[in-house]
Amino acid sequence: MDSTIKKVTSDYVADSMDGELATLNLGPTHPATHGIFQNILKMDGERIHSAEQTIGYIHRAFEKIAERRPYNQITPLTDRLNYCSSPINNLGWDMTVEKLIGIEVPKKVDYLRVIIMELARISDHLVCNSVIGVDTGALTGFTYIFQERERIYEIFEEVCGARLTTNIGRIGGFERDFNAIAYHKIKLFLKDFPKRFADFENLLERNRIFMDRVINAGSISAERALNYGFTGPNLRATGVDYDVRVMNPYSSYQDFDFKVPIGESGDTYDRFMVRQEEIKQSLSIIAQALDKMPAGPFHADVPEFYLPPKEKVYSSMEALIYHFKIVMGEMDIPEGEVYFPVEGGNGELGFYLISDGGRTPYRLHFRRPCFIYYQAYPEMIKGSLLSDAIVTMSSLNVIAGELDA
Amino acid sequence: MEEIKIVEAPQGMQGEGFFATKLGDIIGLARANSLWPLPFATSCCGIEFMATMGSNYDLARFGMERMSFSPRQADLLLVAGTIAKKMGPILRQVYEQMAEPKWVIAVGACACSGGIFDTYSVLQGIDKVVPVDVYVPGCPPRPEQILDGIMKIQELVKDESIRRRYSQEYKTLLESYNIS
Amino acid sequence: MNKDFILSAIEEKFPEVISSILEPHGLLTLEIPVANIKPLIQFLKEDEKTNFIFLTDICGVHYPGKGDKEFAVVYHLHNLEANFRLRLKTFVGRENMHVPSMMDIYSGANWMERETFDFYGILFDGHSNLKRILNVEDMTYFPMRKEYPLEDGTRTDKDDRFFGRDGNDNVTFDDKKALARDNG
Repeated sequence: MDSTIKKVTSDYVADSMDGELATLNLGPTHPATHGIFQNILKMDGERIHSAEQTIGYIHRAFEKIAERRPYNQITPLTDRLNYCSSPINNLGWDMTVEKLIGIEVPKKVDYLRVIIMELARISDHLVCNSVIGVDTGALTGFTYIFQERERIYEIFEEVCGARLTTNIGRIGGFERDFNAIAYHKIKLFLKDFPKRFADFENLLERNRIFMDRVINAGSISAERALNYGFTGPNLRATGVDYDVRVMNPYSSYQDFDFKVPIGESGDTYDRFMVRQEEIKQSLSIIAQALDKMPAGPFHADVPEFYLPPKEKVYSSMEALIYHFKIVMGEMDIPEGEVYFPVEGGNGELGFYLISDGGRTPYRLHFRRPCFIYYQAYPEMIKGSLLSDAIVTMSSLNVIAGELDA
Repeated sequence: MEEIKIVEAPQGMQGEGFFATKLGDIIGLARANSLWPLPFATSCCGIEFMATMGSNYDLARFGMERMSFSPRQADLLLVAGTIAKKMGPILRQVYEQMAEPKWVIAVGACACSGGIFDTYSVLQGIDKVVPVDVYVPGCPPRPEQILDGIMKIQELVKDESIRRRYSQEYKTLLESYNIS
Repeated sequence: MNKDFILSAIEEKFPEVISSILEPHGLLTLEIPVANIKPLIQFLKEDEKTNFIFLTDICGVHYPGKGDKEFAVVYHLHNLEANFRLRLKTFVGRENMHVPSMMDIYSGANWMERETFDFYGILFDGHSNLKRILNVEDMTYFPMRKEYPLEDGTRTDKDDRFFGRDGNDNVTFDDKKALARDNG
């Protein structure tokens, strides 16, 4: 361990001796990098000349772990990818396995999934936007917005029992139906949140200081963004309206009427505004889902993959066998390979699953949007000031869990 | 008017306009209620820590209003989240840069023992590289649990002898971690 | 745009190149030999008829024991305007693990290829900075290969009997506790 530290320190000293460029280590532990990744910047005074990135400080080998876990035990693993919006990861995984097996879930499950995923998306965008505020010095927005996130956490707790790493949903549906308290909390959220969100909007959206700080900071053109593989709000801020919910609809998203906001110049202000507008669109989607909620079961009728109710397990032989097989992870998953993209908080989160018919996946690869667009960071900050680089980083919404997996 | 609960004063002698007690007790009281934490937040537990800092589960009422991101000015190293083997030397460096007296709290299952990640790349508990005072289990721990951990740290800080950092026992502890 | 259009467009430019055509779960999957993969991807991106401007992902897969087809590199491409996805696979064996790099065609391929190298050891020729990205720099093996275990082999504080394994048979439980205590 000591030799690693010495090697890295001596590199800096040598570099700063030749040439006029100063080396600045925006190191893994830094108050402004929200997550642990390192950028070694070569600076000409206050302007950034180039950046060298090091990631992997929280590499937890998800893909290797997934090769050892049965399919229903991988859901808690997917939680920890983008932990600000973990329900989207969970439900995306459930939908991937359902596509592999060929399970058709009832409409009600689709609508419930949409509600949960949109709440998670709101939660993710709230973190990102309030943190952009913090990095420009506006700490008030952060404290007020986190109070709103507590309300979203309460809804998740009512449905699945956990606040952050939710492990929500099962293959084939949900583990329990939403009770009256959950619906009440969702309705209360839809009623109260817009007023408080309006406070946050008034604080930052047309604020002179904020606009001066973030307009033209870290801009990227649409062609470069597409070349890098950007997705999500970062791509939409450059003007490309690629949203997986519209392009490859899943979970009945085609039944909902929502707009996909796009920006123009791909700078920090556009990313901020795209996320603000997406929060409002998500609220509209949740309201539509509550209005049009169909009646029906909250899970598909697939006893081989979905735990049968306990009364049946105690009385019927098949239910007992299915219960045993599912809990021991010996489900009969067919062979095949499937790629299933969902629209995560940061863009196209893809699950590439190769199954060889065994109890664990043969290969599971996560197409992580953060990992792919963070490569563009040196190009985005070239020639800008250090403070612009900080704001660009927080507007990209790089979540360390999704970056390193 | 309800009965107001007042915190117990430390043991001492009281007189007209003075209160005499041990220096250690006063220093312990002062230190415990004004800890400056260094949030070493890496992953999901970091978000729960941010929720603890927020207004619902306020951390500022424990005296931790000001988060110190510079190790030189921090008292409490609050490690929340998974520490990978790549991050181990950096955690160690940050710990060594802190000035005595310093305390370490490991928040979350990953910091305590590696958590659910029993893999080749994850450090199985930060007590492999730094000495830890309080472990808060949970994945992630609820903010109430984190606050409970903080309160236990406050008890430790309050009751610690002011000579502990010069004692032979503490020196042996540091030597077992190869910290000079 | 559909499957036949793409296949005929490829067949026109690169005859007899596709080794296998599958369509698992609706996604057209083609197997291409290593020598042709880069010109093909370049053609697919730049030609206006095919226009696969978006590289969704590159990943690797390990099939131990398959000789020349031991390691697969899988490319997912996406034509955003026509909403058509394509998967290309190319195989290499353990002796000759060289695959041309797509960095000059898609800038996003940079880190994707570094990750594939980090996990499997597949060498991408023409990559500007092919070194490990997620694991520690001085790691000596490629961890995602099937022959390596998930857990860290140097742990002394775990009793294998509780995990259903029988490594370390000659070290008793009390010895291991003593080892753990001594190592701190």
